[in-house]
Amino acid sequence: MEAPATTATRARAVPALGTARRRWGEDLIRALLVLAALISVLTTTGIVIALLRETIDFFGSVGVWEFLSGTKWTPLFEPPSFGVRPLLVGTLLTTAIALLVAAPLGLGAAIFLSEYARTRVRKAIKPVLEVLAGVPTIVFGYFALTFFTPEILQDLLHLKVDIFNALAAGIIMGFMIIPTIASVSEDAMSSVPQSLREGAYGLGASKLQVSLRIVFPAALSGIVAAVVLGVSRAVGETMIVLVAAGQVASNSLNPEGPHYTLASFIGSTAQGDTPTGSIEYKTIFAVGMLLFVLTLIMNLISIRFVRKYRQVYE
Amino acid sequence: MSTHGQVVGRPSQTRRVKDIGFRAVLLACLGLAILLLGVLLGDVLIDGAGHLTWSFITSFGSIDASKAGAEAAIWGTIWLMGICTVFIVPVGVATAVYLEEYADNTRWYNRLIEVNIQNLAAVPSIVYGILGLAFLVRGPLSIGNTVLAGGLTLGLLVLPVVIIAGREAIRAVPSSIREGSMALGATQWQTIWRQVLPASVPGIATGVILALSRAIGETAPLIVVGAATVIAFNPDGLDSQFTALPIQIFDWISRASNDVNNYKPLAAAGILLLMIMLLAMNSVAIWLRNRYERKW
Repeated sequence: MEAPATTATRARAVPALGTARRRWGEDLIRALLVLAALISVLTTTGIVIALLRETIDFFGSVGVWEFLSGTKWTPLFEPPSFGVRPLLVGTLLTTAIALLVAAPLGLGAAIFLSEYARTRVRKAIKPVLEVLAGVPTIVFGYFALTFFTPEILQDLLHLKVDIFNALAAGIIMGFMIIPTIASVSEDAMSSVPQSLREGAYGLGASKLQVSLRIVFPAALSGIVAAVVLGVSRAVGETMIVLVAAGQVASNSLNPEGPHYTLASFIGSTAQGDTPTGSIEYKTIFAVGMLLFVLTLIMNLISIRFVRKYRQVYE
Repeated sequence: MSTHGQVVGRPSQTRRVKDIGFRAVLLACLGLAILLLGVLLGDVLIDGAGHLTWSFITSFGSIDASKAGAEAAIWGTIWLMGICTVFIVPVGVATAVYLEEYADNTRWYNRLIEVNIQNLAAVPSIVYGILGLAFLVRGPLSIGNTVLAGGLTLGLLVLPVVIIAGREAIRAVPSSIREGSMALGATQWQTIWRQVLPASVPGIATGVILALSRAIGETAPLIVVGAATVIAFNPDGLDSQFTALPIQIFDWISRASNDVNNYKPLAAAGILLLMIMLLAMNSVAIWLRNRYERKW
């Protein structure tokens, strides 16, 4: 990593003047700090254990294959059916819509901020993007349900969407992840060495060519990391979908109707006081496990790609 | 930089048009994002401004939408933020100090802690709710649907934000400060406590405020750990039941669409209150960053 050597290694490099007395207070403090750092490891372990325990229990009564390949999700009906496909379809659909909005807009914003904007413009715009990033998702949900669907989609664009629909949820979710994509990929573009740009200008390239053919490819691993991180956030987003996309498990790929996603199912099922050990309680964990594994894979891909661009240019 | 081309002669007409067009497209991307933020704020303001009154702030929830207020939710949110702060400041700063000042990052376990924190920062918030439900509310700790469980769940959720900001702040303190201190005979901890930490306070404070501004708007994990929606009292202790502003807003939104009473303006007023708190916190963070930003 790029972090400088720690104080400990630096101190060791200095020739010792004599043997220092062992300081127990120092050792104690170090132990306490390690303990604090372990809390974050314990958090991950806790998440995995919590999910795994109930998920294993869940698969005691529902077959793994039935869960993964079934096409009907009606855990509360009699007889219940536990096919997770509708939840995956809803998640995929809303995430795809969000990505169609966020990838071009976020990357466009990033190129502008990194290559075109002057320092003063950049300094003025970054806090605005930070505010957009900080808007609570429940607020986005409210906006999608009470304004975007009725005023924009139905009245302005004359689309035949239901009041609860995956389209509005997906589009607004896209706006939610624009700041994530923009700031991570701008970071990657800004760290492309100036000499590459100057080389291209020297050969007569225009600014457009430099941005798209030099900076963009050079920053590609950072850009991929940004997009993957954005997708991971969209997959895990609960409130926008729960509020604006309705709560109907559907296999349809039509975004005009209501859809459940993995996260919004968990949110809506956990609302009631589900008794420990009941099958609804266990579905929360089984679906949570699937969600956790999906986002974990994406996060690790993203972390790896970020490492890559840092190694090349720093 | 636009003068580069002119040394060898004016670029062709089509190339200039293309360049200007591209610039316009990029601006439009950014403009659209900012426009949406503006429309969103305007919409909430129009819907809710009339309802954001003193009686809204000092009344409890009610079946009658015209009398309902957010007092229990406001106090619930204040309690949650208090618990969250007490948890994340010591734990977050200690972790940041360990990773920057003590940990040898060629060791696999220290790298594991780092990757782990990066991943935790991107775990969906609802999964933290599941963690809280399984370990805090029920299971080993079994503290129930209390404000303590809610505050700790939010604390775990935003801990990575504090750690990452804390590490950056500590890393920005030049090593000459540490070397000077140690050369005068200070121990490693004396150096950290009297030199490194005081110098990195503004950065850490900014990180803590940003973490809290993330926590204050979180709804999903609180739903899972069992925040109540209809409550007519303020929390009076760590073991008290609670509701919170985002939960109250969610409840009003859900009612808005299926009740005779009109709860939509209430939801908007709650959102306004939440956004005012958030903007205030963000402004303090930005001010701190600009005021104390130091070039060593």
